[in-house]
Amino acid sequence: MSELKLMKGNEALAEGAIRAGVDAYFGYPITPQSEVIEYLMRERPEERTGMVVLQAESEVAAINMVYGAAGTGKRAMTSSSSPGISLKLEGISYLAGAELPAVIVNVVRGGPGLGTIQPSQADYFQSVKGGGHGDYKLYVLAPASVQEMADFVEDAFDIAFKYRAPVLILSDGLIGQMMEKVVLKDQQERRTDQEVIDQEGDWATTGKKGRERNIITSLDLKSEKMEARVHRLMKKYERMEKEDLRFEKINCDDADYLMVAYGSSARIAQKAMELAREKGIKVGLLRPITLFPFPKHQLFELADQVKGILSVELSAGQMVEDIRLSVEHKVPVEHFGRTGGIIHTPEEILEALEQKIISNGRIRHYQTREPSIL
Amino acid sequence: MDVLDIIKPENQVFCKTKLMTNTDLSYCPGCGHGTVHNLAMEVIDEMGIVEDTIGVAPVGCSVLAYDFMNIDMTQAAHGRAPAVATAIARTWPDKYVFTYQGDGDLAAIGTAETIHTCNRGENIVIIFVNNGIYGMTGGQMAPTTLSGMQTSTSPYGREIETMGSPLKITELVANLPGVYYATRQAVHTHKHARKAKKAIKKAFENTRLKKGVSIIEIVSNCNSGWKMNPNESNEWMIDNMFPYFPLGDIKVNGKLK
Repeated sequence: MSELKLMKGNEALAEGAIRAGVDAYFGYPITPQSEVIEYLMRERPEERTGMVVLQAESEVAAINMVYGAAGTGKRAMTSSSSPGISLKLEGISYLAGAELPAVIVNVVRGGPGLGTIQPSQADYFQSVKGGGHGDYKLYVLAPASVQEMADFVEDAFDIAFKYRAPVLILSDGLIGQMMEKVVLKDQQERRTDQEVIDQEGDWATTGKKGRERNIITSLDLKSEKMEARVHRLMKKYERMEKEDLRFEKINCDDADYLMVAYGSSARIAQKAMELAREKGIKVGLLRPITLFPFPKHQLFELADQVKGILSVELSAGQMVEDIRLSVEHKVPVEHFGRTGGIIHTPEEILEALEQKIISNGRIRHYQTREPSIL
Repeated sequence: MDVLDIIKPENQVFCKTKLMTNTDLSYCPGCGHGTVHNLAMEVIDEMGIVEDTIGVAPVGCSVLAYDFMNIDMTQAAHGRAPAVATAIARTWPDKYVFTYQGDGDLAAIGTAETIHTCNRGENIVIIFVNNGIYGMTGGQMAPTTLSGMQTSTSPYGREIETMGSPLKITELVANLPGVYYATRQAVHTHKHARKAKKAIKKAFENTRLKKGVSIIEIVSNCNSGWKMNPNESNEWMIDNMFPYFPLGDIKVNGKLK
């Protein structure tokens, strides 16, 4: 039965995983996401649904456990925070290469290095530009509320199995730690072993019964075969861009200026947008819900309407590069963001918008498209 | 008399292992890996558990084990086979799960996974081929390389003071309660191969009884890496490897020998 609860983001994600009928969670504690495994251990999902929960000896072991279970067609996931995700990247690359469905959650903290345990969005590049080795991408979902933390686990598994590819939920320490009300969905039945064999038996290593053997590997020693594998992956990513792009537009119809923000920054930018509108500045907000696929066509079109775009991120400026690529120099695109675990205020964002975009002398040049400026 | 008159089904005393594919083995002639593959596949066939067996291949010479073993197999990242096997065994508790690993994979880069998988007592079989060298990458020093042994990364011989001692990892993990069976075998003679097969069978029987980890170390040769011919390498193995890595059971039915 669906129910209304007040929960932490990390706990909502864990409860969402149980209710989505996930088969296995493998994790290793790291702040600020340890509540995920703590909640799962407390809730005894082995009794509730038969879900396996295991505290691994390391993030490396945990992601490889996910690889093992995913290779048998089970719904397996792991969660961590930035330094732990760095450790998992080899395994994530293997998941992508071996074309396995799995869900990875990153509750981002500040970096580089051991960094800080405070919220950050500085893992954008790592998430959407590969991170691990080789030609691959992750489908990346960016929740902006506790509700989305709970809902996105199921969405992520749907995408993971649709494409047989790993999916990343890119959260941050703010969304993971804050409490909000959340409507929890009904419990979904976990698939039986026979259902997994029936549904995934054409590729998964469920035991060679009544069919030829199945092999899970990312190794192709013959270059032509390896290139064919890479092309197959690229086709998946093209299809994701066509069929599964997600974004939200707020007040964009009449906007003279645009802010682009995801996750926790989108929440704060929304408040900054309201403050701007109170002052009579027409500002819109584009919130990418998926960071790959990225709403590049939407940005390209909006660039014909607005005079400038401000990217708001809890980083030194990462997503801003993708926005610039998308709008192809039609309008100025600037970045504003705090780092080190400091969270920007709506007032700071508004001030940045006024200084970097609205008073930007270059806007006039962009509008006349003077080559010397471009 | 034509040879086909002699080769008749009723005269057949031995045939290719049923669960081995027809793919040419990628191992050097004289290497023990092929024999170990055969033994494992014979056991799975004889026990009638092929439909319920999932193997995990490592990184190393046996990275392509899945090309030769005609069963469902997953290829794991370097050293991570025990973690991969852990998840399969946990999510499919009635399956037979085994890893097939070399010394670099199991005792160097994968030491943490090996120890913790053994410590949790996961219900799996570990087949561990120890030839004291990194074969696939061209003969570099392994954690099990003997003292004084020359490799491409210990060209003047393994120096214990700076490079550490050869690691007896099977003895090490045998001390963990999660390990039910630990044994060290060889496959260089028929007699040894038969004993090794018995050990592998016992290990899979332990899985059936859900007893936890069974680890079978096979001390084997690497004639290419050791830069010897196969015969010489076997003799060198007997003279040098066996004294340091003595054959025999280390732990049986949960009790140390």
